[in-house]
Amino acid sequence: MGKFWSFLFLLVPVLGVGLFVWAPFNHHWLPRDVSAHGYQIDHLFNFILGLTGVVFIVTEMLLFWFLWRYDGKTNKSPVKFTHGSHNLEIVWTILPAATLLFIAIYQMNAWADVKMHKPDMLPTVEVTARQFEWRLRYPGKDGKLGTEDDLFHVNELHVPVDEMTLVKLDSADVLHDFFLPHMRIKQDAVPGTSIPVWFKPVQSGEYDLVCAELCGWGHYKMKGRLFVESRSDYERFLAELEKKQTATNVEKKAEAEE
Amino acid sequence: MSTTVAGSHAHDEAHGAHAHGSFLSTYVFSLDHKVIGIQFLFSTMLWLFVGGLLALGIRWQLAWPWTEMPVIGKILFAKEGGQISPEFYTMLVTMHASVMIFFVIIPILAGAFGNYLIPLMVGADDMAFPTLNMLSYWFMWPAFALMICSFFVEGGASAAGWTSYPTLSAIPQAAPGSHTGQTLWLWGLIFVGISSMMGSVNYMTTIIQMRAPGLTMFRLPMTIWGMFITAVLQAFALPVLTAALFMQVLDRMVGTGFFIPEGLIVNGQSAGPGGGQPLLWQHLFWFYSHPAVYIMILPAMGMVSDILTTFARKPLFGYKPMVYSISGIAGLGFIVWGHHMFMSGMNPALGTTFMVSTMMIALPSAVKTFNWLGTIWGGKIEFTTPMLFALSFVCMFIIGGLSGIFMAATPVDIFIHDTYFIVAHFHYVLFAGTAMGVFGGIYFWFPKMFGRMMNEPVGKLHFFLTFIFLNGTFYPMHILGAGGFPRRLADPYHYETFKHLLAMNQFMTICAICMGFSQFLLVGNMAYSLFFGPKAGRNPWKANSLEWMAPSPPGHGNFDFQPVAYRGPYEYNFPGHDTDYYPQIEPPRPGEKQPEHH
Repeated sequence: MGKFWSFLFLLVPVLGVGLFVWAPFNHHWLPRDVSAHGYQIDHLFNFILGLTGVVFIVTEMLLFWFLWRYDGKTNKSPVKFTHGSHNLEIVWTILPAATLLFIAIYQMNAWADVKMHKPDMLPTVEVTARQFEWRLRYPGKDGKLGTEDDLFHVNELHVPVDEMTLVKLDSADVLHDFFLPHMRIKQDAVPGTSIPVWFKPVQSGEYDLVCAELCGWGHYKMKGRLFVESRSDYERFLAELEKKQTATNVEKKAEAEE
Repeated sequence: MSTTVAGSHAHDEAHGAHAHGSFLSTYVFSLDHKVIGIQFLFSTMLWLFVGGLLALGIRWQLAWPWTEMPVIGKILFAKEGGQISPEFYTMLVTMHASVMIFFVIIPILAGAFGNYLIPLMVGADDMAFPTLNMLSYWFMWPAFALMICSFFVEGGASAAGWTSYPTLSAIPQAAPGSHTGQTLWLWGLIFVGISSMMGSVNYMTTIIQMRAPGLTMFRLPMTIWGMFITAVLQAFALPVLTAALFMQVLDRMVGTGFFIPEGLIVNGQSAGPGGGQPLLWQHLFWFYSHPAVYIMILPAMGMVSDILTTFARKPLFGYKPMVYSISGIAGLGFIVWGHHMFMSGMNPALGTTFMVSTMMIALPSAVKTFNWLGTIWGGKIEFTTPMLFALSFVCMFIIGGLSGIFMAATPVDIFIHDTYFIVAHFHYVLFAGTAMGVFGGIYFWFPKMFGRMMNEPVGKLHFFLTFIFLNGTFYPMHILGAGGFPRRLADPYHYETFKHLLAMNQFMTICAICMGFSQFLLVGNMAYSLFFGPKAGRNPWKANSLEWMAPSPPGHGNFDFQPVAYRGPYEYNFPGHDTDYYPQIEPPRPGEKQPEHH
């Protein structure tokens, strides 16, 4: 039976690596990256995958080999009576320590780019998450939020391609999370705190905006869309938004006067 | 050093009252650590069943969203036409995690195995504080009752996730479960905390004060080291959780607003004057709950170390590095909590600090894994059921440990945070790791607990099916996570990005259902062996540590002689010795060179 169990444990690295080889070629992998910074994240993911993959294969194969070789039923050599090895302990402490320290330092820049080096500009849009929708507010002609010409919209976030977008992220009620899978962006929206989020899309298209923090019974349907479009399309969208809004305002005013 | 020095005679007089007491004092409010341990074991196994059913509910929804559940759907969800409602789904994810963490893993490790094994393995007649010990079990019952009640109150059980993040949890109108259900949840956890604290004080005192003569700290089995460090972690971390729980109770019942900022309108209603910060809860919660992650694995690591040495018939490789590793994990465990909060809005520079400490905590886990491999290298492995479970712990812990590095890397975490990648990670640590270690522990110590052997072929079948189906359930979660598949979402498929992941989820659900059914083999095996298993004798596995020297099951006061330890517990195949094991209590032969630890 020892051989049978050894093979069962061998299945883990074989199928485990197999699935990770199969997945990227069958659309079960990271969604297409359409951001300027995303390649750093994907590179790190693949780098750590490679590194941990090697450790995974080596340790699991050792486990298999030890089970196979030292099966009590077939192993005729005497038990290696030992309490350990000082030198081995030092080797397998220092090697992983150095590797982990390397990973730690290697990633710092990518993190700083996405979360710390805030671009010096006024917010492109204010996103306020609330149960269960994304309220959007564009600064309008004066480029400033909180003025009379602000433009309002819900759930459909339009941003210009190849330009940095700075989002002022708020929440009106509970925690939400502003997750753009294709943009490699994720940030909790916290009530009472405005958090800046920035990204630069490099490909036009329509993408998902996901709420990734449990926010109540309707969490699953708190779905937004991200429209990455050319500068001219983006401006056309804003102009139409303005036209619609002015029309509604005029109507409202008329109603109020009546 | 030990209270047993006085001998079994004096002991009989002291404890005679409950040795021949009524049914109530012998089996219900027993002061005997063994009875309390078994009470914990059976209670937590019942909760394991509840938590497992909740998990299958989640899996059903993810595989066949908004469809009628076969057989039980019509009974459970009559109003929704037999399907899971979105609000019930959020309760499922919340309660599955809460039950598994606070009512299964923590109490089965510390409460069941800790209680049963600590006095036996240190050669004591009972815990240092038997009454406190009895109370630590009975304080679980208010918690059990509150959790069960919470399903039936208006709005239903807590639905803010097991992390219970404000403001969703703190404002009653934010979610159906945030009405009465959340208050019951908070009080339930406060009771669990009191129970854990009483256990923790007891374990530390017993291990420090009541060891048998000759049993130095560095002659303790790894199980005891795991329990000891766990108790220390509980003692230091629990007060912070308790404070946080009370603060949330006050926010909800008195309107203190510790965690609620001002001016919120939730569901059309004002949330009160506020003035607080939601992130404060996260810091306090994770200051406890990160050490709690280690509370949920260190005892299992200890148990696995003991099982591996016994069935490899070899000393533990690197005893002291193992002890230093778990101590290192415990120390570092207090300065890594921020890695749960990389995306929370916490200062990103602080994120970098937590990233570095998190990378470092991977190190002691790596050292432990290498030492386990070193332990089976060159042995004579016996493939018994407990050994198979212990080996699978090592095999699966490698996966759980390595996947942690992805999340520790802050930039990668931006993408995989709150996706199924993290779900894969902690299920590999807690289910494929701890739960497999616990199953191994049950098969290993059952003969000691009940004096009868469990059935080996059935045990092996249980292992085989669990091993296959658990990997079928949890391994694909890594791939889902790489696809960005978010957790806690009742219907991820209406996002274009995740549509194609449905088939994989259906496969996982089928595996999960099969895994659930496989557990009846364990229950059946235990129930049958309890009455009809072959008699075990004192030391069925030919092991060294003290508990195997006592009768099976041990009577009141545990030992029928005064145990004295002459060496560590791992001297298997000691050169020149006539048997391949060398119990701790056996005096050295004249002229025999005694082993020393390196």
